[in-house]
Amino acid sequence: MDSSVIADRVHFASLVMFHYLFPPVSIGLALLIVILKIQQLRRNEDSDGAYARAARFWGRLFVLNFGAGVASGVPMEFQFGTNWARFSNAAGGVIGQGLMMEGSIAFFMESIFLGVFLFGEKKISTKMHAFSAAMLSLGTILSAYFITDTDAWMQHPVGYALGQNGVFRLTSLPAVLLNPFELWEYLHTLNGAFVQGALLMAALGAFYILVNRHREFARICLSLGLIVGLIFSITQVFPTGSKNGEAVVKYQPTTLAAMEGQFETQAGAPLAIIGMPDSQHSKLLDPIYVPGLLSYLAYGSPNAPVKGLDSISRNLWPPIEVTYYAYHIMIGLGVVFILLTAVGVFLLWRKKLEYNKWFLWLLMLSVPLPYIANEAGWVVTEVGRQPWVIYNLMLTSHANSVNVSTGEVIFTLIGFMALYLVLGLLFLLLVGNIIAQGPDEPGTQNPLGIDIEEKVAA
Amino acid sequence: MNTVWFMVLGALLVGYAVLDGLDLGIGTLHMFLGRNDNERRTNFQVIGPFWAGYEVWLLTAGGSMVAAFPRLYAASFSGFYIVLTLVLWLLLMRGGALEFRSHMKSPLWRDFWDLIFSVSSALLAILFGAAVGNVVRGVPLDAAGNFQGSLLMALNPYAVVVGVLSLVLLAMHGANLLAAKTTDIQRARARTWAKNLWYAVVALTVAATALAFWARPTVGDNFQRMPFLFAIPLIAVASLIAIPIYQNREQFGKAVYAGAMLLVGLMGSAGASLYPFLLPELGSTTGGLTIYNAAAPKHNLETAFAAIVVAMTVVIVYHIYIHRVFAGTVRASAVDHSY
Repeated sequence: MDSSVIADRVHFASLVMFHYLFPPVSIGLALLIVILKIQQLRRNEDSDGAYARAARFWGRLFVLNFGAGVASGVPMEFQFGTNWARFSNAAGGVIGQGLMMEGSIAFFMESIFLGVFLFGEKKISTKMHAFSAAMLSLGTILSAYFITDTDAWMQHPVGYALGQNGVFRLTSLPAVLLNPFELWEYLHTLNGAFVQGALLMAALGAFYILVNRHREFARICLSLGLIVGLIFSITQVFPTGSKNGEAVVKYQPTTLAAMEGQFETQAGAPLAIIGMPDSQHSKLLDPIYVPGLLSYLAYGSPNAPVKGLDSISRNLWPPIEVTYYAYHIMIGLGVVFILLTAVGVFLLWRKKLEYNKWFLWLLMLSVPLPYIANEAGWVVTEVGRQPWVIYNLMLTSHANSVNVSTGEVIFTLIGFMALYLVLGLLFLLLVGNIIAQGPDEPGTQNPLGIDIEEKVAA
Repeated sequence: MNTVWFMVLGALLVGYAVLDGLDLGIGTLHMFLGRNDNERRTNFQVIGPFWAGYEVWLLTAGGSMVAAFPRLYAASFSGFYIVLTLVLWLLLMRGGALEFRSHMKSPLWRDFWDLIFSVSSALLAILFGAAVGNVVRGVPLDAAGNFQGSLLMALNPYAVVVGVLSLVLLAMHGANLLAAKTTDIQRARARTWAKNLWYAVVALTVAATALAFWARPTVGDNFQRMPFLFAIPLIAVASLIAIPIYQNREQFGKAVYAGAMLLVGLMGSAGASLYPFLLPELGSTTGGLTIYNAAAPKHNLETAFAAIVVAMTVVIVYHIYIHRVFAGTVRASAVDHSY
């Protein structure tokens, strides 16, 4: 692989991994804000009620996070054209459908109703305010669908015909939108976002209890975050994770081999709980095996043959180490989330949560974990697909722009890194600021919104 | 279908220019039209609920370009690599300014973001205008339809004039909106700026039109062949006449609409002179990317068209709703809010 493709890949990986720090939090928090607004409606609270103030606080964090997601997302859409012109040229007619729908259907919904939610609390009724939060949440959920669908097509292309000029022609939009790879990949991604939002909320609640501030607000955060977190931590593994895994087994068996460090094709393949892959010598070092489990998980029978990496030529292997570790980190953290939220919900139920300092500390310190898990999940998906950009059809090394030089790519990469570093630090500073300020105290009457005077003749 | 998509893409880009143009224009004049913190917060509040939605017009135009004209997207985005990266950096900084400014009370912090907001808005207005100029002029495409555009190439005299026209025009457009949405002394200041900028807009429009014939001698051919196209530049002329009339009648809301029609007329004229080209080859009358050789296959175009019509209908409903919610004039109160 020549250096220009490597530069483009580093460029893409850096930008997309920075970007993906934000969208899952937006998706997760939007849903939780809707739940808070529903609670406000059910209790008939005005804008000074506990749930109204909680929704407002999370709204403030949401908008900062959403803004960072939008700002870092615009370069992603441009990047297909700037750095991956050959890919865009060949596949644009197909993947463009998803990108266009994401913009016209989902992004408009998100951004318009965010405007109403953020600026309109003074102007509109509580019901309309809750409705705008719901539309915002729906927008984030839809946009995740379209962009994961675009990825699903690259993982498992369907509904297309390949012309002689190397251009993919769309033959069926329903086939592309209902790609069998898409459903569980999407639900697994979405579910991961919900886990992330919920754990973030619970962790902040733990922080406020530990510093003994805003206890009423902290209780809302803890109970909502832990309960929602437990539900989605379980569905993260089953059914979404295991079903998504089945799709990988079916459509990309050698990617599964890389994820599991399975070098040889073998019947009754064991599952390695732990171990270090050595791709030069095609073996797993210091493994701890559970016999037959991989065959069972992949095909439902402990004796089923599992395809190993030896079934394909070495130059079509994905980077084994990256795929293997990213996958194991994701799985390990998935188990951690279930344990953490289960213990939390148990303590909540026994009404001991607020007094269990150990657990609150643990919860507070777990903030980075869902970020790592969600990033790792996408590393498995994207690195595991290599060396293909479109699985089995187009190599990544044939996809980048020919009229952009390596020097230009590195120049813009440095610029992006610098800008992201500065904006990222300022983002953290402001998040810290909002957390230090805390939610509105009762009686402050500080609804979200701008100051609009009565309409005058324009 | 290819012609229809040419118009859809044009409409999305005009929609972006008309709507986000207001924000870019207000941004350009931000330091002049807001002299103290309250006035500057008022500027932010005028665009606050809208700017994210307006920026989605650009994203949707980009997405549509991928779906309908993938070769155009691939060639132009990679060809203008450095210029587009610059646009992205400016968008990032402008987004940062809009998001971050009012989170801290420190005057240093706010002054810093005010400056970033103005400079990035002004540069974006110029770069977007220069992009239109370069497309009309043409780019040095090779046989495969690729080119390697340098920053210097992108800043040729014609493109620079169109860029400055864009800057001045959007500034006037934004000032008109501020005159309609703000009060008292801020309104008076916006009114003066909007009226004075009109003269510059007229002069630069004439200059850009004349230079267009120098940059691309065949720019008038389509109009000779299809005289009904003259209706489009006529819209621009009529809007140019209407703007000062509305301004003098203190009808700045209507002046905003006239400014929108001016953008329709000017960008429409550029589109009409290009047709059927999307990105002509520099110095050639026949070479370049057209709506035929750059288009996705027929079925792609039809499917994407159905989707975009349905989606944009809903989008227009959203826009009407949000404008109704936030109708009326804006004045930031002394109590601090999120903006």
